[in-house]
Amino acid sequence: MPTDNVTYASSVPGSTDPGAEDAFAPGYDTTEGRIFNVSGGDWDTITAAPDGEKERIVVNMGPQHPSTHGVLRLILELDGETVTEARCGIGYLHTGIEKNMEFRSWVQGVTFVTRMDYLAPLFNEAAYCLAVEKLLGITDDIPERASTIRVMMMELNRVSSHLVALATGGMELGALSAMIYGFRDRELILDIFEMVTGLRMNNAYIRPGGVAQDLPDGAEEKIRDTVKLLRKRLKDTTNLLVDNSIWMGRTVGIGYLDLTGCMALGITGPVLRSTGLPHDLRKSQPYCGYENYDFEVVTETTCDVYGRFLIRVNEMEQSLRIVEQALDRLKPGPVMVADKKIAWPSKLSVGSDGQGNSAEHIKEIMSESMEALIHHFKLVTEGFKVEPGQAHVAIESPRGELGCHVVSSGGTRPYRVHFRDPSFTNLQAVAAMGEGGQVADIIGAVASIDPVMGGVDR
Amino acid sequence: MTDVNAPLPVIPRGVTNLELLDARDGAFGVKGSGDTSGFGGLVDPRVMPGASQAPFGGWFDEVAEEIELSLADQGLPFASATEKIVVDRGEITFFVRREHLVAFVRVLRDEPGLRFEMCSGVSGVHYPSDAGRELHAVYHFLSITHNRRIRVEVTASDADPHIPSIVGVYPTCDWHERETWDFFGIVFDGHPALTRIAMPDDWPGHPQRKDYPLGGIPVEYKGATIPPPDQRRSYN
Repeated sequence: MPTDNVTYASSVPGSTDPGAEDAFAPGYDTTEGRIFNVSGGDWDTITAAPDGEKERIVVNMGPQHPSTHGVLRLILELDGETVTEARCGIGYLHTGIEKNMEFRSWVQGVTFVTRMDYLAPLFNEAAYCLAVEKLLGITDDIPERASTIRVMMMELNRVSSHLVALATGGMELGALSAMIYGFRDRELILDIFEMVTGLRMNNAYIRPGGVAQDLPDGAEEKIRDTVKLLRKRLKDTTNLLVDNSIWMGRTVGIGYLDLTGCMALGITGPVLRSTGLPHDLRKSQPYCGYENYDFEVVTETTCDVYGRFLIRVNEMEQSLRIVEQALDRLKPGPVMVADKKIAWPSKLSVGSDGQGNSAEHIKEIMSESMEALIHHFKLVTEGFKVEPGQAHVAIESPRGELGCHVVSSGGTRPYRVHFRDPSFTNLQAVAAMGEGGQVADIIGAVASIDPVMGGVDR
Repeated sequence: MTDVNAPLPVIPRGVTNLELLDARDGAFGVKGSGDTSGFGGLVDPRVMPGASQAPFGGWFDEVAEEIELSLADQGLPFASATEKIVVDRGEITFFVRREHLVAFVRVLRDEPGLRFEMCSGVSGVHYPSDAGRELHAVYHFLSITHNRRIRVEVTASDADPHIPSIVGVYPTCDWHERETWDFFGIVFDGHPALTRIAMPDDWPGHPQRKDYPLGGIPVEYKGATIPPPDQRRSYN
């Protein structure tokens, strides 16, 4: 704030009115030069209690708050320590992904969707690719090896996503060791992703028709070793919290939402399964061959934060089981659909710089077959066309039902892509879970929903 | 004598009833430079899958019949509540007239034979060429009891973008309807607080509509300029 020894400026620079004063940025001169103080909006008038009403406190928590799980803004109305009204402000991470996809080819869409729910990129890619394949009518032509790799990668991704849920959830409630060990274990899975896809996040690995490239040499052994190591480490990590009396004190009976509430609010995933309903799309509407894997749908009946925590812990174990079965099922074969009018023409290989196109393919298109060059050029620049119509695919992401609705008008670009992200829908439960409770319990409730704002805002 | 310039119908695989959505003419997206490509006379009609007739196959008939009976119980003839049914790519879509939407979804939720407990939300699609019904609101419903999924589509015109809100039946649609309002400008009548959700409150326009530009600036790299994605050559 200005003090007595400075002179107020009477005008705003650049303003045509010399007497104008910017209400939100008063300027004044100091010995060091001109200083502007940006004083913000009209918060006082918003929060002022109307006449005759008792004092109420509106706490604006976020969007930059370490405990709100990303750029989530919680607008809490408090009576002492009790939350009387909880509202969410979202949209701080809206990037227009769905709009952008309407201006790119069908294959390029994968690089956009992978950035939505950035903790579960492979699920976004899988939902989108399954929807595009349904539109193309090639769902049954996807090679078995591609589907098996998809399942394996998705389940590894589920473990890494749940590890972040436990790590950040633990951190937000003060259990810092869980954070350190959770992120340490997640790193093991990201190493696998880097080896297989070339990237730790935003992989763009699952493509319409299959996957971008086959597993590199040594990947299967590495995954087997990692699964073994994870089994041991997960036990250590989760033992920090399971039956821990401090952790239970913060989570048991907190964030209560029963089956009726979940159904009305459209809640899916661990929050729904914590009410005892074994609803899992991998079982009820299998895709990518999930019907061939032996695993259990984990449920709890406590409807609270602790139950959701236990579900995530046990789901990681089930996911590791699926990964092992997928490794056993891997048979040599193609990883991309045979239709040359859809399959990406080139293959990637590791060059001296760590990446690149396969020399064999370059040789073919540059010096052997002009038709192959034309074909490559058309497919890469123009892309394939998709017959008009619409398709909807829903898969079970770590956070719940991830729906993808794709409309084609017959062109080489999507006409409309919409993602029903589970984080977006599940966040609506914050008010139901948190109102009437303590401020501190809101944190636990939000952490148990495990929203990812990249997916919420898209 | 037949008109040689009349467009030849191109029929998508497995579709027998056609609804013209748009027609693409020429090739390579070139406009205004004369026909230098030789493809200038090409006309490629774009048709969406059209109405299907019963039997639809599988459990689709069961659901359609159950809805028809339940609506009849309420004195609402099926034909006046729905425009058409489209079965395509293994999915069934009910095109519901907007004035009967709330009664329709109430039946979906409450009838024991239907029991669509879960609504996956609503999103919009903007078809500027679909005169009089430019705005489509698309709902997906899941029945956990019967393990079925259906789609409901409701249309409104740009001039009168009103569709009744179903928040009273499926509270989960609260944020979904706000999102659809934000991005498409569809007004959901009866929504408790229809405000923007992703864009700022004072944002002009509805970004996901087809007449709303993508935006972006040309990027210069080593002397060459690459236009923003919506101004690049298009093959559509």
